[in-house]
Amino acid sequence: MSNALQNDTLESDREMASTPLVQLSMQQAINRALGEILEADDRALIFGEDVGVLGGVFRVTDGLQARFGANRVFDTPLAESGILGTAIGLAMAGFHPIPEVQFDGFAYPAVNQIITQLARMNYRSRGTLPMPVTLRVPSFGGIRAPEHHGESLESLFAHVPGLKVVSPSNPQQAYHLLKHAAAMPDPVIFMEPKARYWNKAGVNLSDNLTDSASDSGSVEGSVIARPGKHATLIAWGAMVSRCLQVAELAAEDGIELEVLDLRWLKPIDEAGLSASVSRTRRAIVVHEGPHTAGLGAEVAALVSQSCFDALRAPVERVTGFDVPYPSGDLEDEYIPNIDRILFGVQRVLEYRRG
Amino acid sequence: MAPRALAATLDTLPPPVLPLIDADAAGPDELRDLYRMLSNVRRLDAAAVAWQRQGLIPGYAPMLGQEAAQVGAGAAVDATRDFVFPTYREMGVAYTLGVNMVDYMSTHKAIWHGGLYDPVATGFAPFQAVVGGSVLHAVGWAHGQTLNGVGAVGVDGGLGVGLAFLGDGASSQGDVHEAMNFAAILKAPVVFFVQNNGWAISVPTEQQVAGGSVAARAAGYDMPAVRVDGNDVLAVLTATQRAVAHARAGLGPVVVEAMTYRRGPHSTSDDPGRYRTLDDEKIDGGEDPLSRFRSVLLASNAADAAFFAEADAQAQQQADDVRDGVVALSSRPGSEMFDFVFQESTPTLGAQARQWREESEHV
Repeated sequence: MSNALQNDTLESDREMASTPLVQLSMQQAINRALGEILEADDRALIFGEDVGVLGGVFRVTDGLQARFGANRVFDTPLAESGILGTAIGLAMAGFHPIPEVQFDGFAYPAVNQIITQLARMNYRSRGTLPMPVTLRVPSFGGIRAPEHHGESLESLFAHVPGLKVVSPSNPQQAYHLLKHAAAMPDPVIFMEPKARYWNKAGVNLSDNLTDSASDSGSVEGSVIARPGKHATLIAWGAMVSRCLQVAELAAEDGIELEVLDLRWLKPIDEAGLSASVSRTRRAIVVHEGPHTAGLGAEVAALVSQSCFDALRAPVERVTGFDVPYPSGDLEDEYIPNIDRILFGVQRVLEYRRG
Repeated sequence: MAPRALAATLDTLPPPVLPLIDADAAGPDELRDLYRMLSNVRRLDAAAVAWQRQGLIPGYAPMLGQEAAQVGAGAAVDATRDFVFPTYREMGVAYTLGVNMVDYMSTHKAIWHGGLYDPVATGFAPFQAVVGGSVLHAVGWAHGQTLNGVGAVGVDGGLGVGLAFLGDGASSQGDVHEAMNFAAILKAPVVFFVQNNGWAISVPTEQQVAGGSVAARAAGYDMPAVRVDGNDVLAVLTATQRAVAHARAGLGPVVVEAMTYRRGPHSTSDDPGRYRTLDDEKIDGGEDPLSRFRSVLLASNAADAAFFAEADAQAQQQADDVRDGVVALSSRPGSEMFDFVFQESTPTLGAQARQWREESEHV
């Protein structure tokens, strides 16, 4: 990702250069972050299905129970509503729960507790019962998994008042965003792109990174994953690396695509979106979730409003389809692939006002 | 159908480990205090129904007939260390815990959903409109008391106890199963206090609870349970005290099922005439819990007619005072819509709040 930094991030570039990068997969980076969170905050608790002895089905919590004991890291019965409802009660008792829902689709049985309770308790109680709960959800598709193991829930949760939603795209972000989310006093849905769990990259473990709009460890807003001037690809989670591939290919044809990693899906970094698209004047938003009422619609509306005069083409959306997430055999037809994203790029570049 | 108060008892709760206040041995002062609470709650409940008819509040969920269950349970709670997780029909519990009744009634005046009282200071969680929604919270909160590592038997007098209030209707919710299973596995200090009041709006318990009893399910979770005459305030008090003592001692969760009867409508919008007759209500409801307790007090010479007259007059005065407070309750500023969504607000929400202010002030 060394080519992914903007000019205005030189300072943090230098800082990164002075701090050795550790090569970690996202699964390792999250595991490391969780260990540090438990170490630093004795009110932090990790619980969920199989997170204890097994270390989670993705091994994200590997070794944590042995290290911190079964009071801090514990297995729950197989009941997602129970996990979330218990997390709410623990938060009411002053704890900082970091529950895991094993797969995105398993969050559906917990949606009642998430929407009617978790998201509203601070509001209902007029701020006297904060909900510092970070819900980790292995998310999105791409691993040839059974039904309900490849869902994109961001538009569902982003629509709910009282929730914050974030999705890291690489190990560096996963490490820093999780530590940041766990320290926040509000509920955060932390969507881990499970297809990217095993990809290694350099992680700067320093907590003293400048909070610039770079990929170096800032925890607020969006980041420019690759600068460009002809159009902005807006993505999050596993789609960021795919968009970077697209940008690489387009560059061979002289088309310089900017890749904006949105990261925070609620709140959305409107200023970051606006700054990028105002420069490139064209935008394509890419996500795995279904098209209709997907988060791309919100992004397109925000961009259209803030960049209306600058835009040279309508905001394009390259998304999953309005179909139930298909079997593994068909998921490459469903998830936006390089060709479909390139077609989207072509449409905004070739658009002419009628 | 026989009066519900005559329902067969069930009691699998072992003898208490911690010392217990013996309700049967309560002195005349305590008994009279209990009566005052029952009477206050009765008058306030009736008053709230009247306020709705007068247009002072848009709606209310009456608890007529459940006074003994709620006062008896509430009187067993130590608000300094326990935490009550109510539904939307626990005015009597709130009252017994000392929650300010104007702040409580604010939810019924549509001022603020959760009520204006401070849940942390009162030990009474925010008013809960989701049936069964807060039962799991009691389990999580109670497990937190275990994790805090203080208050085991003999230390600090025991654990704080989470009391989940639910009804026969809520017992059909999957969350209640999950809560009981979690609680039993975690051995959490929880009391599941079930007011089986015979009706979930229009659906009778017979069509709601297979087997007829929520307490009977406890055995499947290896949890002790007590089913008690919910219209006998002393019986409810004793059962709840025993259950709380069991949980407080770190011995795990308990189910208390108070067999009572919802004598009024589900809410001020409900019309029970569509699903039951006045005769049904008379027969199924059994003897009124207040008149029953009056008989107990008279029989034991703890009180006389003059006391009841004075207590009831004072209850009416209190209801009038609460009414004055509810009348005086003013709307919260619209900015509070935005203020409490998060502890740390977001730029998007801040922009919406600014726009709301500009456009509402313009008008």
